[in-house]
Amino acid sequence: MALEPSYLKYRRRRYGMDHDLYEWSMLSERAPIAWPNGARVALWVNLAVQFFPLNQSGKPFRPPGGMSTPYPDLRHYTLRDYGNRVGLFRCLEALDAAGITPTFSVNAAIAERYPQLLERLNRRGNEILASSWNMDSLHHGDMAIDDERELIGRSLSVLRAAVDQPVTGWLGPARSQSGNTPDLLAEAGISYMGDWINDDMPYPFATRHGELIALPLSLELDDQFIVQNNLHSEWEYADQVKDACDYLLAEAESTGSGRLLALSVHPWLMGQPHRIGALESALKHISGQPGIWSAPASEIVAAWSAQRA
Amino acid sequence: MREDPALYDYRAWDERLPIRWPDGARVAFWVAPNVEFYELDPPANPQRKAWPRPTPDIQGYGTRDYGNRVGHVRMMEVLDRHGVRGSVSLSVALCEHHPEIIDMCRERDWEFFSHGIYNTRYAYGMDEAQERAMIEDSVRTIAEHTGQRCAGYLASALTHTERTLDLFSEAGGLYTCDLFHDDQPTPVRVRSGKPFVSVPYSLELNDTIVYVVNRIEPRRYGEMIKQAFDRLYREGEQGGTVMCVPLHAYQVSHPHRIRAFEDALAYITGHPDVWVTTGREIAEYFVEHYYEQAVAKWGGRDSQDGGNGA
Repeated sequence: MALEPSYLKYRRRRYGMDHDLYEWSMLSERAPIAWPNGARVALWVNLAVQFFPLNQSGKPFRPPGGMSTPYPDLRHYTLRDYGNRVGLFRCLEALDAAGITPTFSVNAAIAERYPQLLERLNRRGNEILASSWNMDSLHHGDMAIDDERELIGRSLSVLRAAVDQPVTGWLGPARSQSGNTPDLLAEAGISYMGDWINDDMPYPFATRHGELIALPLSLELDDQFIVQNNLHSEWEYADQVKDACDYLLAEAESTGSGRLLALSVHPWLMGQPHRIGALESALKHISGQPGIWSAPASEIVAAWSAQRA
Repeated sequence: MREDPALYDYRAWDERLPIRWPDGARVAFWVAPNVEFYELDPPANPQRKAWPRPTPDIQGYGTRDYGNRVGHVRMMEVLDRHGVRGSVSLSVALCEHHPEIIDMCRERDWEFFSHGIYNTRYAYGMDEAQERAMIEDSVRTIAEHTGQRCAGYLASALTHTERTLDLFSEAGGLYTCDLFHDDQPTPVRVRSGKPFVSVPYSLELNDTIVYVVNRIEPRRYGEMIKQAFDRLYREGEQGGTVMCVPLHAYQVSHPHRIRAFEDALAYITGHPDVWVTTGREIAEYFVEHYYEQAVAKWGGRDSQDGGNGA
């Protein structure tokens, strides 16, 4: 028995990355970034406003948090729907109390299903970024490019028509992409995306339609990852967020360059009554530190972009 | 297929060798950063999928890429602060992809050992010639890019064949990190008949096992490391022990994790009777001082006479 000879060929064994999506670059080697008003850490708190359909296709994989019992999975449908009805409002109260600005990633299906909710978010004036159609509309490598273009176009047109702001950010369901996604997003007028999790600062992607900025939304520090995937308690989650905040502040100080704290929060999870206190505690800790700049995601991207050599 | 790997013989812990490490140290302590490159679109192996999601699996890929872009320097600075030279378990293609990282490790006199070509290429299904070619490529690449003779092996993605260690010994290797059966070095029986040892590497304290498989909280990981050290330090009085903390910059270096690791590292290096060393130095010291004794007592090298206990 032997493997195909091609298994021992290394076609992209060369300097830099093994693809052409972005350049190889070490954070420690980059020019320092200064945030507004001398802040050391830019804070992006992303609240996920999601719709998980009951008739989930689960293709090509089950989205994390999606339906998991035989149809009709009323348990998971309603647990997720809780976020839009109840949890979101608890999270907003916590954020407002801490003086922290949220950014909302919104499945476009919300515009059709819960227009009154989207209008509430719109009236708050916080930034809204696009998150495809729903949590089951995954972008993936086996998808035809025309189908993906249609999905992105439909999602953006419905969401943009429903809100009074240009929608320029993107976060794909399950942070999943095809090889075409960056090109198609740039083509559709998106200027930054949060799907890639390989950095702690923004960095540029090359696309056929110009540059797209990756603004990494940390997965390892995501509430769903820590609480639901790792099964850590909500108070462990709060400790991890606080430790990350303290570490990034110190690293910004020691390197002389701003850093990014990107928190992905799911209202259906942290908005539960037994968890919201832990989120409040983490947010209170962050807002109590000098040197934090709480900002909409696109403003963080803009501040970073303005300093590029 | 065999019923057991036939690589080493049984030895009870309370009969362990009365090892004394240099300067009378009780614990040989080493840190093994896995400096890895995962491919976005590797060829398919019939026995293991590289990524769970369709290509491109940007979540799996991005998770690993973070280690090289962001995590490596954080981890390296922590090791610097506590006087630890890393023993790098290296996806050797990283010499070509990211020579900056190799240079940083070389400047610090870190050890490099083979962790295969890429961590997305698996030995499963390779015939002997293929696996030999892969191992020899890794040894040669390390020599060319670092000037070091590769002494250690940890199979890429822990994928083995029955021949892996034989082939690595024949390629000039001295030790393996692939076996987790003991807290002391042990002779390993390879067909070359040359001295070859297992240096304890600890999968249980490996940050990826801790964070991804066992899903442990960061602060608790720090406590686990301290508790492991306390026990190995105490038992090291009767017979020297080895403690390894295998790391991945894409796990340990996250802002919410790195401090807990640093606390544990400060704790360990703050003890007097600790030999802070590298995998190669442990293997060489053991071979020089204890190998013959161990082989005489429990067997080990040379399968040509049928070995023993197999």
